[in-house]
Amino acid sequence: MPFEHEVAELRPYLLKFARLQLRNEAWAEDAVSDTLLAAIAKPQSFGGKAQLRTWLVGILKHKVVDTLRANLREPNVADMRGASDEDDGPADLIDAIGFKQDGHFADKPADWGNPDQDLSQRQFMAVMDACIAKLPPVQGRLFLMREWLELDADEVCKTLNITSTNLYVQLHRARLKLRECLQLNWFGELPA
Amino acid sequence: MSYPLRRTCKEVAHMVVAMQDRKLSFTELAALRMHMAICEACPGFENQFLTMKSAMRQWRNYGDDSADVANPSK
Repeated sequence: MPFEHEVAELRPYLLKFARLQLRNEAWAEDAVSDTLLAAIAKPQSFGGKAQLRTWLVGILKHKVVDTLRANLREPNVADMRGASDEDDGPADLIDAIGFKQDGHFADKPADWGNPDQDLSQRQFMAVMDACIAKLPPVQGRLFLMREWLELDADEVCKTLNITSTNLYVQLHRARLKLRECLQLNWFGELPA
Repeated sequence: MSYPLRRTCKEVAHMVVAMQDRKLSFTELAALRMHMAICEACPGFENQFLTMKSAMRQWRNYGDDSADVANPSK
């Protein structure tokens, strides 16, 4: 199959990540198009050592960081700064887990099994996609900057020019929401 | 008598979430480990976050191979 076709076939795969990370359809489309064009323009830089997909994801991540920096860096978009997504639930999400007055768990946290278990199956990935997509936009972006772009907290703060306090609050909320979503939609189904 | 390293489960749960994104201080880490050693509930919570960490890694690296399956000639 010609190289351009192989590249083009990966478009839906790339678009999924771009959409989840950017939370903006136009930006996602642009980042993916730029990625595909860059790849087709310079096929020789694909050494064939890595998988084509891995190589493209690497290019996409750079494009996505540029998009985030260009569009969401303060003071361009207020929603990154005021730190909040609308309709964001109680102030301390951890209370939703259920603690007694004395700070003990009301119920023992559910057993999710071996942390190293193999979860690479289509059904689990679909649940994960849905749970990430359900995060409010600001939290979702910050969460994936950590978990998909694999930036450390300092790099995220620098890219968007936000404070670490703000970042930690958002990530804390995102992680608790993801935990709850996975509990409800996947791990809660595990046989006891 | 107060114990400087005593933490409630709720405080420990906060730390477990926080440590996904920042390094805990020496004191925090000591308090966390002490609590984990004597608590029946919190290790389960920490385990959930270890599982999530591994799940995120697998999610990030998961290639949807449906196209390959449909196109074995590739």
